[in-house]
Amino acid sequence: MTAGRDRRHAADPTGAEPAVGGEWRRLSRRMLLVHPVQELVRLAPALIGIVLAGHRNGQGVAWGLAATGVAVLVGALRWFTTTYRVTGDQVQVRRGLLRRRLLVAPLDRVRTVDLSAGALHRVLRLERVTLGTGAAVGAGHEGLRLDALDAAAAARLREELVRRRQAATGTAVMAAPGLDHAVGPQRAAEVTLAAVRPSWLRFGPFTLSGLVAVGVVTGLLSRVTSEAEVDLSRYRPLHAVATHLGAAPLWRAVVEVALAFVVVVALVSTAGYLLAFGGYRLTRHSGGTLHVVRGLIARRAVTIELSRVRGVEISEPMLLRIVGGARCSAVTTGLRTGHDSSDTAAMLLPPAPRADADRVAAAVLGTDRPVTTPLARHGRRARQRRYGRALLPCVLGAVALLPLGRLVAGPAGAWLLGVVAMPFVAVLAWDRYRNLGHAVVGEYLVRSAGSLVRRRTMLSREGIVGWTVRESFFQRRAGLATLTATTAAGAQHYAVPDVELGTAVCVADALLPGLLTPFLLDSPGPR
Amino acid sequence: MTTPQESPGQRSVTATAAYLRPPRYLVCRRAIGYWTLRAAAGWALVLAVETFGLGAGAAPSGLVGVVLAGTGLVAVAHLVVMPRWRHRVHRWEVTPQAVYSQSGWLNQEKRIAPVSRIQTVDSERRLLQRIFDLTTVTVTTGSAAGPIEINSLDRVVAEQLVAELTQAVQATHGDAT
Repeated sequence: MTAGRDRRHAADPTGAEPAVGGEWRRLSRRMLLVHPVQELVRLAPALIGIVLAGHRNGQGVAWGLAATGVAVLVGALRWFTTTYRVTGDQVQVRRGLLRRRLLVAPLDRVRTVDLSAGALHRVLRLERVTLGTGAAVGAGHEGLRLDALDAAAAARLREELVRRRQAATGTAVMAAPGLDHAVGPQRAAEVTLAAVRPSWLRFGPFTLSGLVAVGVVTGLLSRVTSEAEVDLSRYRPLHAVATHLGAAPLWRAVVEVALAFVVVVALVSTAGYLLAFGGYRLTRHSGGTLHVVRGLIARRAVTIELSRVRGVEISEPMLLRIVGGARCSAVTTGLRTGHDSSDTAAMLLPPAPRADADRVAAAVLGTDRPVTTPLARHGRRARQRRYGRALLPCVLGAVALLPLGRLVAGPAGAWLLGVVAMPFVAVLAWDRYRNLGHAVVGEYLVRSAGSLVRRRTMLSREGIVGWTVRESFFQRRAGLATLTATTAAGAQHYAVPDVELGTAVCVADALLPGLLTPFLLDSPGPR
Repeated sequence: MTTPQESPGQRSVTATAAYLRPPRYLVCRRAIGYWTLRAAAGWALVLAVETFGLGAGAAPSGLVGVVLAGTGLVAVAHLVVMPRWRHRVHRWEVTPQAVYSQSGWLNQEKRIAPVSRIQTVDSERRLLQRIFDLTTVTVTTGSAAGPIEINSLDRVVAEQLVAELTQAVQATHGDAT
């Protein structure tokens, strides 16, 4: 029995003889205590909801007890359904009752073995074991995690995995191939690639970073004043403003408030820029790292290993683009994933002149060709699709609102909104098409897209771990496809939208030669 | 498009258009049953919500009938067309170098990953799939956006595939990001 086996091992804490593969092992039996508690905590909001909802018809407690019972049962079941084993060269985890899953990771893909313990775990001497493979773990997907093992068993498992991994891969840990050439000559210990200049402060108002701050502060103030029942009109300046606005005609009041708002947001944004990016410096060190230092008061230093850099992205939010500014960030593996977080984590250059962004990108890549090469346009059908996708919702909205306005009492001119929006979305569509482009430059995939935020991404072929060719129903009709390079770095995927199918496959083939060869055709083939 | 410097395999470097043939193998035929059942469960939920939602309100019974009949019609069309269409689209193929899959019906997607970049090979039997003895194999890579899912294989085929893939993955080293 597995449990007996567990105990035998616990009696031999040296773990001299690693468990030979084949046998399935279970989590610590003390988890029978922890799992139900975890399940209860996780479901607490729902449980409270059930009790409250049932309160009205007097059955709340009964339902609450029943739900609690289910939660406890589900928690206990986890222990029975989760097993794991280490065979010759892989780790396998089985879990799930109704949804049976078998997770398999080859040992040399296991990069890290992390042990962690929460308060409850610590009391019961349990350790949570998380096996870090390079596999990106999405939300709601636990990956290879064993929650939890007896502390001794966990330590033993870690040792076992590390030892076998070393035996399987040899002692040398290969550094990922990357932008080695970008490290440059070894003699210079530190090269400054960019440093903040006072004139960059002019981009401050256009970052809109103050918008959030102003919103939060306004919300907080209104909350506090209403909670504390402070009468704002007693303060003389505010009182003066209120009477002034009350006396003015509506349009003037609106314009004045809007102007004041814009000025405040611009000031706060500029102050935010100064605080966040004052003292900014980007340097390259001979050890093969980039260092980003920034912050006027609170200093923040980020070190980015060049061996983890898979590319560079220049992004231009629309407002910033209008005044000729851009940001630059590194596309790297091993940092937090997702578009927003990676943007800040791998920031190379704060909002600065576009020329500086180009210069930094070229310096990090070691070549300026991906940055300067003009991109291939996507053609007439891609442009039609941009306009179609922008205008169709307006037309449909107007058509749908027209009869609705007759049936339901409401603003009769609601359908006009769709008509009024049309020129704006048309301009957006025009801009979106203008910004659409791609190129293969040496070992880089270069793609550009977006209007509200235009991004030009230069992704090294080393960073591309797969291709997705997506054709929606309408794209198939137009002979277009969206080619997506998936990567372990940065935003995890970079799309070349609405490119001709034949071109898309060509680009993919050129970047990862050989991969597509057995699947290639010269003509579209039968559909 | 800038002409690439390196020679991409056996194809001429001057090619400006290339196309992908579909992967070789269809998924299990029982998948049609599974997809039908799964979609039917979804439609049943929609119909139930409509019945209770409209029935509880003060909607005229004529309107309720029309809405339910309309939904039913769409549901039947969906249940007849979608699984069969899907079964023609869903395909997979594994070579020593690549994993290749095609999925979808109205919107279709081809995914390719080099075997050298595979991180894990997972197999999964969802509740309804177990009724039809089907298994879904998911190949994950280092990218959160890159898992290749081969939906609804016969269990035996899936087991062979997993064994084959894990063996191929072990032949390559490094952390594959």
